[in-house]
Amino acid sequence: MADSKLTRSNRTGWLMSLPGFTLVALFIIVPFFFAFGLSMTNQRLVSPNPTKYVGLENYRQMLDIALVTLQPERDASGTVIRDDEGTIQYPRLRRLSRSDPAFERYKGMREWFGWQSGESHKAVVVRDPLFWIALRNTLLFVLVVAPVQGGIALGLALLVNQKLRGINAFRTIYFMPVVVSIVVVSLLWRFIYDGNDGLLNNLLDTLSFGAIPGVDWLGNPSTALGAIMAMSIWQAVGFHMVIWLSGLQTISPTLYEAADIEGASKWQAFRYVTWPGLRNTAVLVIIVITMQAFALFAQIDVMTNGGPLDSTQSLVFQAVERGYGKQDISGGSVISVVLFVLVLAISLVQRWLTRDRQN
Amino acid sequence: MRQKHHKSRTQAIVKQALTAAAIAGGTLFTGSVQAATDLSLWYHGAGNEVESNIINQIISDFNASQSDWTVSIQSFPQESYNDSVVAAALAGSLPDILDVDGPVMPNWAWAGYLQPLPISEEQIADFLPGTLGFWNDELYSVGLWDAAVALVTRQSILDEFGLRKPTLAEPWTADEFNDALAAIKESGKYEYPLDLGMAWTGEWYPYAFSPFLQSFGGDLIDRDTYRSAEGVLNGEAALAFGEWWQGLFKNDLAPGTSQDPADRDSGFLEGKYAMAWNGNWAAVPMLDTFDDVLFLPAPDFGKGPVIGAASWQFGISGDTEHADGAASFIEFAVNDKYLAAFSDGIGLIPSTPGAAALTTKYAEGGPMAVFYELSEQQGRVRPVTPGYVVQAKVFEKALADIANGADVADTLDSAVDEIEIDIKRNEGYGHD
Repeated sequence: MADSKLTRSNRTGWLMSLPGFTLVALFIIVPFFFAFGLSMTNQRLVSPNPTKYVGLENYRQMLDIALVTLQPERDASGTVIRDDEGTIQYPRLRRLSRSDPAFERYKGMREWFGWQSGESHKAVVVRDPLFWIALRNTLLFVLVVAPVQGGIALGLALLVNQKLRGINAFRTIYFMPVVVSIVVVSLLWRFIYDGNDGLLNNLLDTLSFGAIPGVDWLGNPSTALGAIMAMSIWQAVGFHMVIWLSGLQTISPTLYEAADIEGASKWQAFRYVTWPGLRNTAVLVIIVITMQAFALFAQIDVMTNGGPLDSTQSLVFQAVERGYGKQDISGGSVISVVLFVLVLAISLVQRWLTRDRQN
Repeated sequence: MRQKHHKSRTQAIVKQALTAAAIAGGTLFTGSVQAATDLSLWYHGAGNEVESNIINQIISDFNASQSDWTVSIQSFPQESYNDSVVAAALAGSLPDILDVDGPVMPNWAWAGYLQPLPISEEQIADFLPGTLGFWNDELYSVGLWDAAVALVTRQSILDEFGLRKPTLAEPWTADEFNDALAAIKESGKYEYPLDLGMAWTGEWYPYAFSPFLQSFGGDLIDRDTYRSAEGVLNGEAALAFGEWWQGLFKNDLAPGTSQDPADRDSGFLEGKYAMAWNGNWAAVPMLDTFDDVLFLPAPDFGKGPVIGAASWQFGISGDTEHADGAASFIEFAVNDKYLAAFSDGIGLIPSTPGAAALTTKYAEGGPMAVFYELSEQQGRVRPVTPGYVVQAKVFEKALADIANGADVADTLDSAVDEIEIDIKRNEGYGHD
């Protein structure tokens, strides 16, 4: 390490990076420490009350999770009550937790999800369902968007890397959505996804000769998150295409010539020349997409506000909603800190998985 | 703003020096060199030219009418106005005069952004109740106008379905209203019988829909104590409201949360909806399009017909050193002449009967006079508590979720929990 490039005498280098470092420190590192500090207080956005230190209480509230077993309702003779369809009837957890001393610990907690287990109902209850739902949605978003967006971007990069007339026009077209503000793109896609006479429904209707009925894409809990994923992938795919493209252009043409002479097929050329040559680019693209996907906010804010039925809640949206909408700065900070830890952990794992094994 | 204070201090010093000089110089300078003190005013209406012209006219009239104060205005777009004020307050640079949305006023008063408004009682004696912002028994803000919501439809639609025209004295009952919606739905002539404006997210939900809940007998919070919502937002009445509300969407009587904003703006005019729940600010195009448009009172769901009251109002910033100047500007502005100008310019409801008589739309027999009466007779302010800001958000989400099919009891229970936790975290918001 003593001979690391960072420590060798390169005062000019440090000097040149100083403005960048200063800005990053001022607007990213310092606010992070603020958030960390505020998350252990009861800080409000608007309040005359003095701020108090509350330790980890905010974290305890947000992360509180437990497993509850509900026994079915029985009539006087002890038989399980079933409704007309034969479904076993359970008491409402919320009624129990509000009245039954045995359930006192779960007061104010809500069922997140549950399942049938023998003749009882197991329920995972949480104190802050919105956080858990937002966490699940965000992870799902990242899991879908990162590979799909990275893959499509690579495909597009391979397409526009050919030496054809007018290829720059295609590069420009694919890159265009990246330049447009995400807020504008979200507004436009709101019209495209419109349930009554949106462009997408019209298109499907025409192509299928009316066989596909119109879908209220953003108004239906089962399609809303998917619709936002598709639109987000489309919007930023051009950016990653350009990164892949720069990677492709660093691969020496002589390698392809050699592969050609050896009689390699197109697939073999991709597998043994292109892909190894894109190693570092791939690491960069995956880490960048993952971090961007975790920051999902503007699309939600413009298109769905987290609805319908919380199907599009995201962590950053919840952080902003709590901090500014509900004037609860400490609540917003807690989510920010948890998100930071999450992204850091995933990035470290990604770095470790994609480490250069030769050294 | 520090600069401004600095400037006014400098001016004060200059004034003193000049006064001294005037005394020393005998009659040389008598009285003519009184420099006016600058007052800053923040306003939410950036982007509306007519509105800007009226407020600028008031300011220039005020500045010309006396020599102690010079008011200067800074306008913000409405969407970012509240954020700007909060940011300015945190940075310690609030202006001298603020305008504030009625239901948000207690939050700002509690936080010290506003101070009580020393304005004579007779000057506001005949103001509509919704235009006066009281918090802890003190007046903090006063509005140059109010807004009202009505059930908009056409006489020809009432005739077509044989519906009685409801009046202020005898509004529709819940049954009459529900039957009307069902009959219109049955005919299949409209995409939806009723447009509630679900596309307008934000303050519209509590403003426009919490009156339905109140008419059922529930509320956002217990207004006796302002410390609990248990039994009020999740009691019998609230559950009945929730079931009714969910039914509107389940039975396709009204477009839901994914309504296209363009349809909200023009759906009624285009004949997609038979009725619309909409405000007086949207009335002018309706009057222009149809010659038989009706602005009907809210239905009575059991506890009387209710609509929301209170719109934007003026108040004095908590930081200002010139409360007297700010108050004299507000006293100057709450003049029937200006109330009428706002009403004529952008269709708002003037705060006094005297001003209403001066306007074209709200004068007796005018096309929108009914809104004045709606405001006077049915208007109820949203809960007067600093916690309203949070309660409004919680209520909005609960209504959206119920409309989308969430369990009514669970959703309202959760809303109650969230509101009560928030009140506890804020040490009761100053309510004893």
